[in-house]
Amino acid sequence: MTITTSAGDIDRRLLMDRSVAGRKAFTLPESDVPAQKLPDSSFLRDDVELPEVSQLEVIRYFSVLSQLNFSIDTNFYPLGSCTMKYNPKINDELANLPGLADIHPLQPDETVQGAIRLLKNLQDDLGEITGLVGVSLAPLAGAQGEYAGLLVARAYHESQNDSARTVAIVPDSAHGTNPASAAMAGLEVVTVRSDDQGNVDVENLRELANESTAVFMLTIPSTLGLFEPNILEINKIVHDAGGLVYADGANLNALLGLVKLGDLGVDICHSNLHKTFSTPHGGGGPGSGPVMVTDELAKFLPKPVAMKTDAGYVMATPEMSIGAINGFHGSFSIAARAYAYIKTLGLEGLQSVSENAIISANYIQAKLRDKYNIAADRYCMHETVLSATKQKKRGVAGLDIAKRLLDFGIHAPTMYFPMIIDEALMVEPTESESKETLDHFIAVMRQIDDEIDSSPELILEAPHDLPVTRLDEATAARKPVLRWTAESNFLSS
Amino acid sequence: MASSATSGGNTSTNHPYIPSTDLDRQEMLGVIGVDSLDGLLGDIPIEHRHPGLNLDAGLAEQELSTLFRSIAAENASSSSGYISFLGAGSYSHYVPSTVRSILQRGEFVTAYTPYQPEAAQGTLQVGFEFQTVICQLTGMEVANAGMYDGPTAFAEACLMASRVTKRTRIGVLSSADSRLPDTLLAYSKHQGNEIIVITPDATEIPDDLACIGIQSPNFFGEIEDVERLTKLAHDNGALSVVHVNPVALGMFKAPGEFDVDIVTAEGQPLGVPMAFGGPYVGLFACKKAHIRQMPGRIIGRTTDTKGRTGYALTLQTREQHIRRQRATSNICTSTQLIGLMVTVYAATLGKQGIKDLANLCYQKAHYAASEIGNLNGFSVNPISPGGTFFHEFVVKCPGSPSKINASLLNKKIIGGLDISDRYENGMLVCVTETSSKDDIDKFVKALSEIGASA
Amino acid sequence: MYPEDLKYSKEHEWVRLNGNIAEVGVTVFAQESLGDVVFVDLPAEGTEIEQFSKFGEIESVKAVSDLFSPVGGKIVEVNSSATDSPEVVNEEPYGTGWLIKIELSDTAQLDTLMDAATYQATLD
Repeated sequence: MTITTSAGDIDRRLLMDRSVAGRKAFTLPESDVPAQKLPDSSFLRDDVELPEVSQLEVIRYFSVLSQLNFSIDTNFYPLGSCTMKYNPKINDELANLPGLADIHPLQPDETVQGAIRLLKNLQDDLGEITGLVGVSLAPLAGAQGEYAGLLVARAYHESQNDSARTVAIVPDSAHGTNPASAAMAGLEVVTVRSDDQGNVDVENLRELANESTAVFMLTIPSTLGLFEPNILEINKIVHDAGGLVYADGANLNALLGLVKLGDLGVDICHSNLHKTFSTPHGGGGPGSGPVMVTDELAKFLPKPVAMKTDAGYVMATPEMSIGAINGFHGSFSIAARAYAYIKTLGLEGLQSVSENAIISANYIQAKLRDKYNIAADRYCMHETVLSATKQKKRGVAGLDIAKRLLDFGIHAPTMYFPMIIDEALMVEPTESESKETLDHFIAVMRQIDDEIDSSPELILEAPHDLPVTRLDEATAARKPVLRWTAESNFLSS
Repeated sequence: MASSATSGGNTSTNHPYIPSTDLDRQEMLGVIGVDSLDGLLGDIPIEHRHPGLNLDAGLAEQELSTLFRSIAAENASSSSGYISFLGAGSYSHYVPSTVRSILQRGEFVTAYTPYQPEAAQGTLQVGFEFQTVICQLTGMEVANAGMYDGPTAFAEACLMASRVTKRTRIGVLSSADSRLPDTLLAYSKHQGNEIIVITPDATEIPDDLACIGIQSPNFFGEIEDVERLTKLAHDNGALSVVHVNPVALGMFKAPGEFDVDIVTAEGQPLGVPMAFGGPYVGLFACKKAHIRQMPGRIIGRTTDTKGRTGYALTLQTREQHIRRQRATSNICTSTQLIGLMVTVYAATLGKQGIKDLANLCYQKAHYAASEIGNLNGFSVNPISPGGTFFHEFVVKCPGSPSKINASLLNKKIIGGLDISDRYENGMLVCVTETSSKDDIDKFVKALSEIGASA
Repeated sequence: MYPEDLKYSKEHEWVRLNGNIAEVGVTVFAQESLGDVVFVDLPAEGTEIEQFSKFGEIESVKAVSDLFSPVGGKIVEVNSSATDSPEVVNEEPYGTGWLIKIELSDTAQLDTLMDAATYQATLD
């Protein structure tokens, strides 16, 4: 047989395809205790079918796979609402220090004073930044923080003997987790319209807010990247109806030091530490979604909450806590990274984060508005939503533009969200990117628009030079193959 | 309070994480057509703009490092000479160098959820490997790409059973870790579910249960009769949900051998640091028949337009970003990075390693149990007669476990978990491969001394 | 695109009447809007449904839609080839891609549906 050159071909065989009986990547120590009697063989299983590969093969396999990814470390990643900012390396290093990475969650409080102190300080900082001083770091992701916030709202209404409040009002521009979390919290979802400026339709809200309103869920800035100009009036309408205002803090990166949610009348919010506070997204988690509430609502927070007492720092359960929403104390080592970030930026640095994020997004918007429609043509906050409707009429959809960007080494913007905008491309540059990077992105976006007329196939068939071209997702869903099996292994497929 | 220049414009400072210079900002503001940042903030009510924050000034990296080392030094751990016998949901295991090394790859660490599969084949293929590993360990047909942690995986499994059976009452064994029903309660309390406690020796259950939720090894470390309980569930039209310890599966029969419907686990024991409780990853596997009711992300294999193999998120219509309030869950993460650690760990240990690991934990725990059982005043008590345990067991102490633990701490020993709320003078002791015989002997000797004076 | 012998609902389902058995499916407009159909969830045979009530779901890769029955009655047959090979709904929406057959409770219900020309006009 002839071996052909194949630098462009990637060996996609799975670990089990590479497995050779007798190889190993690791040796465990011999037992140093006297041999113990094994349980009856009826309890015991045959071998676990795991791969047998050498240690180098493990390293090479995963290292090569990593190179098939776009990432912040290697690419501009303007994925709207995801805040793909630089994830500082020092934070990873410090979170893995001995004394932080190797402590058990059930150790007595007196043996983990440093850890609890860190959590308490982070709670205080998040309370200061949002103006909502009751903080629990327990939620393991934004969606869990949101769910915890809704449970707090329900517990509050119950404590007021007002448990008939069973409606969550959610804007039509909201992220899907808002209605999903509301449904989990047993709330009926009622949708409030957006007006033609992308703001909440205040009159529509006035009609909807009543004695059944438990909570109004507002993303701020909105998923259109806009600060809600009627926020004070909106919050008053909800409060006058007896409801609480929950702010989805997914877009908090626009607000640091510029405005406090609590000052605006927000009662509950969550923040995604993996967005605003720079902790890595990890390819889809782990996240962390602390929930912040007013002082009045703090007694309902999920447990545990770090507290300082005369006897030292303790992990405590709030007086009327909604209980445990997961196993232990939340994502401690994610919290440690976020704390490191806040300590590194400090007061002026955090303000600078939001200022630069806002300027960069508006700069992109200003430079592209002659080529692309803007969902709401006014100044945006930290992200801008383009609408490729003009391009769609010329035969190229938002999806195609997103795929073509990949050819230039730029990750696609968030596509088709928010759902109320046709052909949406949501661009969030973050403060981490230089003007040169923004200018390059702008130039590429303008070139792609030109390509629609000169060479549309370049866009419609993109991406061209990635490990795969567009994938057949329909067959993947119709005939799911979800794991390696001997019958469906790579070589025979 | 914020000091300088909080109104009217550029307060931006230059920082290592922020590349824009004053000149860059001026140029960009010029293109936008405003004089200063405040020209962009018109929608923020002016009376609430620039509130000032009571935060410290930023630290240089070196100062930050010093701060963190001082924080870490306030904690007691193996690195500061302590030995520990805590388990109960978080376990001390050696993390191989391969796991730590791959975890340095920024291409994995700083990627987002793989919504653009062409630009995320690394993350996706790892996720597919993860699903394969979880199926192989549990003996189940399909697995998702990961949940938040073990207890949330268990809670979601019970809710899934409720959807599959269209029944609202959920049975949970009394021998389970209270974290499981506690989390289930938080997840289900507004969805009309009711949690019923079932004893492990039950021979009858109500005929309207969605599932029996079983932890095996249970909270007390013992193997439950999953086969019998699963049959009992099925005879009554209920599903069987089994929460396992993945390391025990290197040795004990997999739930898939017992016709179990849904398997969940805490993934932390597979190469993930204890890290004061998180982040971990929940493992979730089930029968293929129930896949459309499964929560969380699922990665599938397919082909590209040139016929090459590739991977993509699939069956996404179950999820919140499409089905919104009717989604199977509000979850929108798969805790992918921790899933990567689990996958590298499983690849590193491999077929022989997982078996050796389970055996080593078993041997050391049973040695410790027999030594403690020989001490005056202490007994190692199986909760069920003739019970079989893996690497955790209950010690009945001659006095209050919390007092004994306080004395142990003076000897730099972190004792087992005080479970006297569930078992009189009970201490739940865990021993893994990270405890040497010397550590165990030191612990036994200390218990002996404390017991004699109690 | 929209055969003359069928009746249509505003939810983009069609009905073909054979005696008192109504065959029901989705229109070309519906399947094209959805894109590649990957899953069809249909009720058990014998289920009674009312006119315009939800009887199932149809999914593409990134969308899910409810199916509403244009007529009421008892479901006497469910098309297993649509559930087993959902692509037939794209390929032959008026043929092998039909979804359910209903024994009509009241043939007058058909009068509340649109003919092809009227339906087509609603799409423009």
